[in-house]
Amino acid sequence: MRRKHDWLRETYRKSLEKIPERPVAHRTLSNIAPDPLYTPEDIGVLDPEYEEKRGFPGEFPYTRGVYGSMYRSKLWTMRMFAGFGTAEQTNERFKKLLKAGQTGLSVAFDLPTLMGYDSDHPLSKGEVGKCGVAVSSLADMEILFEGINLEEVTTSMTINSPANAIWAMYLAVAKKRGYDWKKLGGTIQNDILKEFIAQKEFIFPPEPSVKLVIDTFEWGPKNVPKWNFISVSGYHIREAGSTAVQELAWTLADGFEYVEAALKRGLDVDEFAPRISFFFDVHNDFFEEIAKFRAARRIWAKEMRYRYKAKNPQSWMLRTHAQTAGVSLTAQQPLNNIARVAIQALAAVLGGTNSLHTDAYDEALALPTEESATIALRTQQIIAYETGVTHTIDPLAGSYYVEWLTDEMERQAMEIIEEIRRMGGVVRAIEEGYFLRELAEASYRYQQEVERKERIIVGVNAFTDEIPLKVPIQLVDPEVERVQAERLARVRRERDPKRVEEALQGLRRAAVEGQNTMPHFVECALAYCTLGEMMDVLREVYGTYQEPAYV
Amino acid sequence: MQGVDRRIRVLIAKPGLDGHDRGAKVVARALRDAGMEVIYTGLRQTPEMIVSAAIQEDVDAIGLSILSGAHMHYFREVKRLLDEQGASDILLFGGGIIPDEDVPKLKALGVAAVFGPGTSTQEIVDFLKRAVPERWKAQGLA
Repeated sequence: MRRKHDWLRETYRKSLEKIPERPVAHRTLSNIAPDPLYTPEDIGVLDPEYEEKRGFPGEFPYTRGVYGSMYRSKLWTMRMFAGFGTAEQTNERFKKLLKAGQTGLSVAFDLPTLMGYDSDHPLSKGEVGKCGVAVSSLADMEILFEGINLEEVTTSMTINSPANAIWAMYLAVAKKRGYDWKKLGGTIQNDILKEFIAQKEFIFPPEPSVKLVIDTFEWGPKNVPKWNFISVSGYHIREAGSTAVQELAWTLADGFEYVEAALKRGLDVDEFAPRISFFFDVHNDFFEEIAKFRAARRIWAKEMRYRYKAKNPQSWMLRTHAQTAGVSLTAQQPLNNIARVAIQALAAVLGGTNSLHTDAYDEALALPTEESATIALRTQQIIAYETGVTHTIDPLAGSYYVEWLTDEMERQAMEIIEEIRRMGGVVRAIEEGYFLRELAEASYRYQQEVERKERIIVGVNAFTDEIPLKVPIQLVDPEVERVQAERLARVRRERDPKRVEEALQGLRRAAVEGQNTMPHFVECALAYCTLGEMMDVLREVYGTYQEPAYV
Repeated sequence: MQGVDRRIRVLIAKPGLDGHDRGAKVVARALRDAGMEVIYTGLRQTPEMIVSAAIQEDVDAIGLSILSGAHMHYFREVKRLLDEQGASDILLFGGGIIPDEDVPKLKALGVAAVFGPGTSTQEIVDFLKRAVPERWKAQGLA
């Protein structure tokens, strides 16, 4: 039986050699100094399953956290999702967030960008810059990161169907400014399966879509080794109405589907798996959320090690970003959302998340204002610096309820994962409409429970106010569309048409012949091909996808 | 036809690029459970597609669900096309992430009701059961 003493001497110490303890008092307000970790031996109980099920932080099966010293050394990354209007406006917001103490950037793109249309496309009308920033070419990307050191910040980009193209634009900015790709850190979401399941921002049919993802699995580790080329996301699945168990199961099933596709291409699991990252929602049910994070790490570790035969411990670690649940925010009594977000954020931290976005209280009304976004960031800082929950790692381990619920969620999630495997995998399940049906059921059931008041939502179906409270909201300048159209026209006028043509031809050839598309996307980006031009080439080669309308 | 016998027909539509369809589907199902005939368009509909489906299906009401912030554009376009094609009698309503400030502007366009997050589906059912027969009466249909 492994002793805490040995863990402290080995794993914990090794972890501190990489990143020392933070220079703050790891002491309670009454000056008690907690150990970095507590185990059954601290309270003199026997837990015969301890090593197998819970283990130690930084050790298989990582139930208690992926890193040896967790928040004692390094807090989670406070990463606030931001983006609206033009590249100039979002660049300004980024700089303010960095100044306010944020430690990583996270880009929200507008719907035309997410769907692979240029800002001046007819289908973009009315949507440009609305729910994120518009990026149609390298020119926009250059402005977006103007004055920001790309080797110092890490950047997360929520982009899926056009992920290869947008990542290529970011890398092209870095290249033009002389940054070393080997030093760049960040994440592209690039999780197309959950688009078919929940978020619905797909362009091409499932099969070529997954091919494009696997291109990044192959190309990424060799060229941009510190970049997470995927963030397998449960967030959108949950927001679309799933339960926590479904979110857990489907997300991991998606992850396994990518692993299998990459193995099929002949890639070495230990070369790509260490850079697979995850993204979970964190909703109101406090302990269920904590258990979900712990169960997720355990399932991923076990499956990667035993089913997919990964040997590198890095391949077993589920590193994850989390975001508080937008769907839980209410338009009624919007200031109450500050309390909801704080509780959800605390659950993510107690669940051992590696990165966190906290929603602003006004998100059920509009995009966040600068003030509401700042309060959301401050909420994380209060948890990090004032509450003392970072003194000791995985402080809820050993709680009868939390451990039981972790086991139970693992059991139920594995049942669903096995069911999906029996169906022939996630792509087959998508084609059969499995996820659409399950989501429609789960979200309708929840809505009915709320309407019957079996579930109480404060300010919505109980404790309501007669007079609605007004809060200031963020409006997007309608000029964005015009500014973008002008910039696009200038880009098309000033670029080298021959280089554009050749780059697009190269991309087409790679798509037709089944070659890796990434080098061609980079060349297209450098040539100032627009996002729409790149996606149109692939639309012609791969076709587009239309989902059945199911209610 | 007797007003009491006639079933309300509703088109629930997702205009534009927005893929957030949980609300639209929950509402569609609740209306159906309340005895209405509901047609759901599926995702990514242009205003032209929505209006043409509404006329073809002879619906009494169109509900638009928009969470992307592009609501002013889409409601204006759908209303304009309805008027242009002589279908102004079709009741237009909607919901999504729509700031309070925009609600009076939408009503001025001729949008009959806007339902924000947290609205109970019963409220939408009650609204349609009241507003649609009123229109029938006004048109001498009931």
